[in-house]
Amino acid sequence: MNIVTPSIKLACRNVWKVYGRRPAYYFDSRGYIIEPDALAERLRAEAHLPAVVDATFEVATGEIFVIMGLSGSGKSTLVRCLSRLVEPSAGEILLDGQDLLKASGKELIELRRHAMGMVFQNFGLLPHLTILGNVAFPLKIQGKPVKEREARAREMIALVGLEGREASFPHQLSGGQQQRVGIARSLAVGPELWFLDEPFSALDPLIRRQMQDEFLRLQRMLKKTIVFITHDMAEAFRLADRLAIMRAGKIVQIGRPADIVLNPADDYVAQFTEDMPLLRVITAGDLAAPLEGAAAPDETITADTSLEELIPRLASGVRAFSVAGEGDAPPALLTAASVLAVLEREQKRRTRS
Amino acid sequence: MTAPAASFRSSPRVAVEPALLPWCAFVVLSALCLVLKADFPWLVTFPKEWTLPLAPTINAATDAVVTVVQPAFRALSAVLDAPMRGARLVLVWLPWPAVMLAVAALALKSSGIRLAAFALLALAYILLAGYWPQSMSTLSLVLLAVPISTGLGFALGVLGHGSARLRPALLGALDLMQTVPAFAYLIPLLLLFGFGPVVGLIASAIYATPPMVRNTMLGLDRVPSDIGEAGLMSGCTRRQQFWQVEVPTALPQILVGFNQTTMAALSMVIVAAIIGGFEDIGWEVLSSMRKAEFGQSILSGLVIALLAILIDRLTIGFAKQRPSGPTAAMIWMTGRRLVMALLLAAVLAIAIRLIWPDGSWLPVGGLRMQVGGINQWLLGLVRDYAWFFDGLRNGVLYCLLLPLRIGISGAAVPAIWGFSFSPTANAAYFVAVLLATALLLHRVSWRPALAVLVAGTLLYTGFLGFPWPVFILGIALLAFQVAGLRLALFAAAGFLLILVNGLWGALIQSLYLCTLAVLLCLVIGGALGVWAAYSERASRALRSVCDALQTMPQFVFLIPALMFFKVGEFTALIAIMLYAIVPPIRYVEHGLRHVRADIVEAVEQMGATPVQTLLQAKLPLALPVVMLGLNQTIMAALSMLAIAALVGTRDLGQAVYVALGKADAGMGLIAGLSIAFLAILADRLIQAAVAGRATG
Repeated sequence: MNIVTPSIKLACRNVWKVYGRRPAYYFDSRGYIIEPDALAERLRAEAHLPAVVDATFEVATGEIFVIMGLSGSGKSTLVRCLSRLVEPSAGEILLDGQDLLKASGKELIELRRHAMGMVFQNFGLLPHLTILGNVAFPLKIQGKPVKEREARAREMIALVGLEGREASFPHQLSGGQQQRVGIARSLAVGPELWFLDEPFSALDPLIRRQMQDEFLRLQRMLKKTIVFITHDMAEAFRLADRLAIMRAGKIVQIGRPADIVLNPADDYVAQFTEDMPLLRVITAGDLAAPLEGAAAPDETITADTSLEELIPRLASGVRAFSVAGEGDAPPALLTAASVLAVLEREQKRRTRS
Repeated sequence: MTAPAASFRSSPRVAVEPALLPWCAFVVLSALCLVLKADFPWLVTFPKEWTLPLAPTINAATDAVVTVVQPAFRALSAVLDAPMRGARLVLVWLPWPAVMLAVAALALKSSGIRLAAFALLALAYILLAGYWPQSMSTLSLVLLAVPISTGLGFALGVLGHGSARLRPALLGALDLMQTVPAFAYLIPLLLLFGFGPVVGLIASAIYATPPMVRNTMLGLDRVPSDIGEAGLMSGCTRRQQFWQVEVPTALPQILVGFNQTTMAALSMVIVAAIIGGFEDIGWEVLSSMRKAEFGQSILSGLVIALLAILIDRLTIGFAKQRPSGPTAAMIWMTGRRLVMALLLAAVLAIAIRLIWPDGSWLPVGGLRMQVGGINQWLLGLVRDYAWFFDGLRNGVLYCLLLPLRIGISGAAVPAIWGFSFSPTANAAYFVAVLLATALLLHRVSWRPALAVLVAGTLLYTGFLGFPWPVFILGIALLAFQVAGLRLALFAAAGFLLILVNGLWGALIQSLYLCTLAVLLCLVIGGALGVWAAYSERASRALRSVCDALQTMPQFVFLIPALMFFKVGEFTALIAIMLYAIVPPIRYVEHGLRHVRADIVEAVEQMGATPVQTLLQAKLPLALPVVMLGLNQTIMAALSMLAIAALVGTRDLGQAVYVALGKADAGMGLIAGLSIAFLAILADRLIQAAVAGRATG
């Protein structure tokens, strides 16, 4: 596969967050490397709570990076470390190559004012402000003139489809609408980095689905760099470019959705992802092989087509697909055999469980 | 198989709970004390020679301090005096049409047309009854006390919210400020600031600040973390975060604090009238009560009640959003129109004063001058139905008050009950108590058995005849087992302090009066609460009664009690009960109505009768809530002690009141602190008991 390495927007290196009486005690010896699991064990034994254990990952520009885990696995703490709402105990967080943890209070406020946006599980709307006031709030904080910030806020409100509700107060809106306001507010300053902390978990399943579509639509338009937290596996697999699975503070696996269902790192991940239908998660791009001189088949599909969509066409007798490459990249080959191999594997998973 | 089982059963070892052992020792010691009390009278009455002269020491210290700092405080007093005079002059100067216009506009903005109508009627009544200038004086004091309390309370609340280290000290101070009766700190205030209305202002600022502190802290603590983080992620600086995110989000709670603070200030301004020197409405009530002019005291009491309700509804209207949304009138009264209306009122006031510079515009004399007839009628009513009022009073006095105070052994003499107990009757009483104890011990557990044993003994000896070492030990032991060593030490230290200050007698008087009032409130209020839980109509009716009772300044309750029952302990009991009966009604109803529906359904499905459902499912489940109500009742009863002293008691409240009369700062403070000690002890005990039940 021929993927151009994209630039790294956000990098998180060996980040720890420990709660307890004196967490700093465990991290003061610089350069001394200790086995993370052993340290976590010791912390627990000594009445400390390691909420995030040695988290390391990178998020590329324009990527949707999903962090998934059960409640209490440390995912919300981790995203708060990334924005320094929670001060990490150790590690480095590089935003465009600059260590965020070294930023002064003033610099941090500047970064939050321009470079970051965040959406919260319970919306975090200010009850005393109207929708317009809420969306314009980050601009007001920056001291932008009323006219400018209201114009921008109206633009954002239109973007999330809430025109006409500008004068309402948050409590007059439904949950889904409130979260649209939360999204509009987080985008008002035009941040490049967008954190979403379980944004749709408080919503009904049907609304949740709508909001996910809405989110994907916005992302196609805006191309933000996204860290998305969720405990909903279907949501994670649906939205993620890449995803990280957390357990007890530790990231147990990072990869593209297909990597994770095809090659689970351990039994925990395997069990966790057991119910995800392979055919829906795996896309044509995941299986496509270089043509290596062979002629491209007539049937052409895009790389993000899921295998599930291909089944009817296989049934009608197509033997191979030509998978369109990104940009100028040459097309790749997807054979019916490789699709059927996945189908067989899925069959085995089902019968085993 | 059967043999080992039988052998297990044949050796019944009663497992003695470790908690029971100290109580066994306690019972033995009590018995010993009771037997020996004839030979050693000091077991019951703490001898005067043993007391420590703590009060004179405090007085000497106070005098020394006062002479040094007095000039500074007198200067402060002079500084405060100017705005007070100013506010009072302005309010008295304002012609009543202007005041009415302004208040009606505020009422429209606050909660609509009905409140505006009520405001106009209430003000019209005050005008016609002839209490306009006095009411304006009271209002001016409230208007000055409220900003002081609100500002101070907000600042302290922010401090308490921000600093985990300051918080315990702050909470302790708040407890003291709310439980020490104001009369107690009036004395040092009088010494420092000199005689005059400024003292009333300071006292009401002290008393009215705590609700604001508590609500500010609560509001800021409860700002949802999502909202706080959203503010931070928007890039708020510390100051922006506080003023634009946290305070606005906490504002509804802070406004509730403002409402409570205003009501407390009003209540205290009226109580402060006791030191006089200020022509306000509290003084009117007090002086007409002292002159036994019931007509006037009812008229002026009604003024206080109306003012209280009006101020309460006005402030609560601004504090809380109506569930049904704003009314048409509230929407019409925009901020701009409100300002216009207030400006119009000011212009009207100036115009009236310019055109009629000398016109008082007040009805001459007012109703209060024509109440001779009403007075006669009321006195006649009391005289005609004397058989009823006296009968009620004597019944309660002889059947409840006296037996509790001096015990059955003391009450069963020809002078009181008309007969004396024969030795057989005495023996029968003891046997009955012991039997009940044994039965409970056998059937239920040792705790209720012990309670019955103690209650039976207490009823026999009376509160006054109960040996103090036993009493202190019992309470300390209870505190130890319920809440731990610290509270036990606190209880023992507090009681010992009261003991060595020679206030034991007053303490016991307070205890028995409060115990009786609380018990009666629980029984009557509890029954009303059960009724309200089952009947919508009763609930609605009782809710408005409770609202009214809770808004009244404590002072008002003395009026009807005094009118019908004259001076005496029974009158104090009635006044205390009027004030303390609201919590049991409210909490019992709330507790019963919010019992988990699935449990009630399960019990009903098993075929329980309604009475069984109530007694065996609902009440036990509602118990934690009822306990909170009990806590509130005790607090209310204790806080009413100092006020009830005005109608003649012999308790700690009276000790405070007498000290106030003698300007005995030391004794006043000690007696006041004793009341606060009782309140705090009861509060901690009940809270620990509720928490203990909740955790297991």
